Amino acid sequence: MEDISLVTVVFMLPLVGVFALLFVRNLTDYTVRWLTLIVSLITFGASLLLLRNFDTSVAGLQMVHQWDWIDTGSVTIRYYVGVDGISIWMVLLTTFIMPLAILTSMKTIHERTRLYYVLMLLMEWAMIGVFVAQDLFLFYVFWEVTLVPMYFLIGIWGAEERIYAAIKFFLYTMAGSLLMLLAILWLGNEAGTFTVPEIIEKLNSGELSLSASTGRWLFLAFGIAFAIKVPMWPLHSWLPDAHVQAPTAGSVILAGVLLKMGTYGFVRFNLPMFPEASETFAPYIAVLAVIGIIYGAWVSYGQKDVKKLVAYSSISHLGFVMLGIFALNSAGIQGGILQGVNHGISTGGLFLMVGMLYERRHTKLMSAFGGIWKAMPIYSGISLVIVLSSMGLPGLNGFVGEFTILLGSAGSDVLSWWFTAFAALGIILAAIYMLYMFNTVFMGALDKDENKNLPDLNRYELWTLIPILVMVFAIGLQASFFFNFMDSSVKELVDQVSASAMAAAGR
Amino acid sequence: MENFFDLVPLVVFVPLVGLLINLFTGKHLGERGVGIVAVGASGIAFLISLLLWLAQVDTGYKPVVVDLPLFSDWISIPAAGVEIPWQFRVDTLSVTMMMAVTFVGTVIHLYAVGYMHGDERFPRFFVYMNLFLVFMLILVTGNNFLMMFVGWEGVGLCSYLLIGFWFDKPGGVGWKNSDAARKAFIVNRVGDFGLVLGVLITFWTFGTLDFYKPDELPMAAHHAAEAAEEPVFAPEIPHEAEPHIEGPMGVFNQAEVWLEEGGHDVNFGMFSLSFESTITVITLLFLLGATGKSAQIPLFVWLPDAMAGPTPVSALIHAATMVTAGVYMMVRSNVFYHASDAASFVVALIGATTAIVAGFIAVGQWDIKRVLAYSTISQLGFMVAAVGVGAYAAAMFHLVTHAFFKALLFLGSGSVIHGMEHGHHHVAHGGHDHDDEFDPQDMRYMGGLRHKMPRTYWTYLFGTLALAGIIPFAGFWSKDEILLDALKAGVDDARLEGYLAFVLLVMAAAFTAFYMWRQMALVFYGKPRHAAAEHAEESSNLMVYPLIVLAFFSLVIGVINVPSGFPILGAIFGEHEFTSWLEHAVTYAHAASFNVLLASFAVVLALVAIYVARAIYNDRALETLGQQDPLELDERTEGLFAVAKAKLYWDDAYFKYLIFPYRRAAYWLAEQLDWRFWHDYVHKTVIQKNFHIATEFLTQPVDKGIIDRGFNSLGRLMQIIAQRIRVIQTGYVRTYAWTVLLGTLLVVFIILFPVIRGMLGL
Repeated sequence: MEDISLVTVVFMLPLVGVFALLFVRNLTDYTVRWLTLIVSLITFGASLLLLRNFDTSVAGLQMVHQWDWIDTGSVTIRYYVGVDGISIWMVLLTTFIMPLAILTSMKTIHERTRLYYVLMLLMEWAMIGVFVAQDLFLFYVFWEVTLVPMYFLIGIWGAEERIYAAIKFFLYTMAGSLLMLLAILWLGNEAGTFTVPEIIEKLNSGELSLSASTGRWLFLAFGIAFAIKVPMWPLHSWLPDAHVQAPTAGSVILAGVLLKMGTYGFVRFNLPMFPEASETFAPYIAVLAVIGIIYGAWVSYGQKDVKKLVAYSSISHLGFVMLGIFALNSAGIQGGILQGVNHGISTGGLFLMVGMLYERRHTKLMSAFGGIWKAMPIYSGISLVIVLSSMGLPGLNGFVGEFTILLGSAGSDVLSWWFTAFAALGIILAAIYMLYMFNTVFMGALDKDENKNLPDLNRYELWTLIPILVMVFAIGLQASFFFNFMDSSVKELVDQVSASAMAAAGR
Repeated sequence: MENFFDLVPLVVFVPLVGLLINLFTGKHLGERGVGIVAVGASGIAFLISLLLWLAQVDTGYKPVVVDLPLFSDWISIPAAGVEIPWQFRVDTLSVTMMMAVTFVGTVIHLYAVGYMHGDERFPRFFVYMNLFLVFMLILVTGNNFLMMFVGWEGVGLCSYLLIGFWFDKPGGVGWKNSDAARKAFIVNRVGDFGLVLGVLITFWTFGTLDFYKPDELPMAAHHAAEAAEEPVFAPEIPHEAEPHIEGPMGVFNQAEVWLEEGGHDVNFGMFSLSFESTITVITLLFLLGATGKSAQIPLFVWLPDAMAGPTPVSALIHAATMVTAGVYMMVRSNVFYHASDAASFVVALIGATTAIVAGFIAVGQWDIKRVLAYSTISQLGFMVAAVGVGAYAAAMFHLVTHAFFKALLFLGSGSVIHGMEHGHHHVAHGGHDHDDEFDPQDMRYMGGLRHKMPRTYWTYLFGTLALAGIIPFAGFWSKDEILLDALKAGVDDARLEGYLAFVLLVMAAAFTAFYMWRQMALVFYGKPRHAAAEHAEESSNLMVYPLIVLAFFSLVIGVINVPSGFPILGAIFGEHEFTSWLEHAVTYAHAASFNVLLASFAVVLALVAIYVARAIYNDRALETLGQQDPLELDERTEGLFAVAKAKLYWDDAYFKYLIFPYRRAAYWLAEQLDWRFWHDYVHKTVIQKNFHIATEFLTQPVDKGIIDRGFNSLGRLMQIIAQRIRVIQTGYVRTYAWTVLLGTLLVVFIILFPVIRGMLGL
């Protein structure tokens, strides 16, 4: 057993909060709320230390902490956590989004408060677990654990059809991950270890070799689980249900973090473990990604419910992320990872925005609004920035991600030029549905009496949105800082993928 | 004066500070305070541009690259070889744009203080205006394509915000304004789609997006060949100096080098293309971007609707500055356009066709600002055509003169509208009949304003003459230069597009003079056709003085580029001063010498057009309200007028064949395909139902004891669990779901059993 690393500290902090909430007696709702917020803020602070201690020149895992968890004699399952350039921003995204999700719940969740916040912290714990776990088994455990709190968040605090949405969400993801479990067990058995860096090393050294078809089957087994989570077109059917029915915080977490588990999974596991299959499947996945970009944007435009519109827009945005990753070059993958973060911030922001509107009017139909800008100037101004960030206005975060992804796909060795051309259509389509939403809700005449006296943002709401704004500008104007952390890791990943693929081609 | 160059970031940051002050404290500052801040910010930006100009002159026109202090690192991905900094470029081209933008901008800001007086969102208006300056100046000072793109889309955003500024006007007007704003943004995005693709290809061709690296001078290999045309004034240090060859080059010099070497293929991952074809593709994609921003065929449809914005916005953004960004971008990329004959052909044709088409539509419009909007499209067509025939300096020259006289005309129209509104108020309060149909922008309600608003009239006349190209007004010089260059491209270089452009542009010039005089006649001459026009009053000094300033420049600004061989003026002001100034930044800028014949022809043509318009409108001016245009009444021109009035059915066609089908398809996809079919039918009906049937099938035999007892008890367990859940929750969906879940788990367990056994070493 090694020394406890900072990663474990960040990882376990929410769990400490969970125990505190569970076992301390006589907590008032007020205390529960603030305690949860403070725990999540401390976690965020600790994750900032991760950034400080991160050595950007190192490609591999850092701040690793491991001990044997289950030793069966032939195979060891380890507690093995650490961060590298691929996961560091995912961890930060999680710890950044969670305080906002908690803050937005403060004035809106009144039932079963303690359970709610326990689930929130449990959620955070599991999500960080997914991103720091470097042992396949451990990863799988947390992958599944994330389902539970989200299931209850949707099922208890959701809208009218919450039960249906919760179960669909659960089953859909579950069904996908069963194949992954199978693949994990098979791979662990074959490799004699579940630890990802060890498996990759064995694969690279030839100690463990997978036939081309095995690699492809394993790729698919992992890939389907991740593709459902992303969600890639056409596996997206659970997403509108879950998003629309979930409470605001649930949607924010779903869009902000949970979907990124899928794209992260591809980069973390599929690319390095099955490079040959990755290259084989890249064009097919890219086709689905591009269809997703266009389809998501198109369907968004056909929505009447603003939350559903935002939900479908996620399919479009995540299509970009997938396209970037399967360009299989540095620009594409780094763009994909950053766009994952961007989507978490912008779409998370959009859901916060929609939630605030719903709190006031108890409807999400766009036709119920119009001219809100006049009634709620501060809210509308901030919303505009978030909408623009989601649309990819240059100078804001979304643009940097989209541009880098397109740069990657245009220069990709595995994707033909028309992927980029069609994906770039997303630039136009995003403007169409986003401005349709913005115009219908915020612009136009303030002609409905119910809307005339809507109160502008309160302090809680303002402080929920300000961090989003800060990040929108920070990433948009100084993207280098963010790319800097992933550069070495992604470079090594790309080198390794192309080397293995080349070796396979030579065989 | 070298130090002055370091000031260039301030040209962006001063308006930024201005807008932040107004954004956060605007409510407390009052109109006066807000005005001082906004105009001051714009004015300081102009002073900085002036200093940069002086510094350019002082240092021999050497292009300078300045990093943004502290935060210059924007997007860099070492592993992918991407490095895109925040970097400013000061050269004669960017300084020209900076001066034009900030000078016209300041004048218009000043005017707007008067125009927007009393508006409930007065501070916000100036926040947007300053924000526009920020983005416009980023656009023209950026040293790489991506930074230019930041400004490019940023000005588009400001355009959206300002067109929709009066989004809350009652009676459907607010919604119309909002729609116009959205239309502008989306149509521009179509252009941006092309621009982005062009930028991507540029990156993979050159490995950088920088125009030039720091300390790199534009190559000027061609200058020897054109020595005969070399301007009189030849500075000492500049363009003949060898560019530094060591190390990476910016895109333009690299292009020159490769073009000279020839025969080089560019690899883009999966395919490769000859370098020449690559350049053609890039330039055509850039052209698509330019047709969006500079309102050319086929994307010009947004600009007329953009007139929904307050008039100072129309003047600044939709006439003088933003819409010229496309021209600026193409002139900036003149090395590319010069290298591609195919692209140049398309550019020239698009520009010239737009010029004539928009000129034609302008004749059939009744809205005073719409006429000017189509006029702007037409004039932008002149500039684009100039780029197409290789007359980059002439394009920039026309851009500058047009900025002055078109801003003047728009501000003049704003003054007219103000006067009309004033008159209408007067009438309404005076107990006259109040009609709601009244539109202060409709020229049918005007007439005879010459006597009511004399100063507006005189300045408007200056603008009209400048636009019509009457000597010695500014428009004459720049339009003449474009016509001359087009003809020269045809005659000297035997380029077909030269002839085509020349013919189309000459016709467009005639239309220009005609529709402008039609406007003069309808607005200022004849008798008032409505009570509002009868009671119209001259606008406040704050609005009129800017008109006078701009009128002055519309008269004289042409002298910055007197053609060689022009008598007297050439001796006083120097010949081709502007072209030789631009040559230090625009490699392929060249000048043509004066041609008396052509110039006389153009002026006479314009005068004839004015005379015809005068004959039609002045003497038979619409006497009463609602009367039709004389052209409408004449059966020979009736049909043509209807087409012009209907804007060539262009908007209708887009709506019918693009927008409507897209919207219909969106609803179909959203409601039928995605929801009813995929979400409801496939998921709820097919998958869920079949799972249910399967589980029923599995549990029924179990209950009947066909399968062994072990499984039997498991089934019981499931039932018990299911029943419990039924107690906790209600509704059939959950029962199915849980059954499905447990069933699945069971199946998986059976599959996995050997694996687990193997792992456990049993």
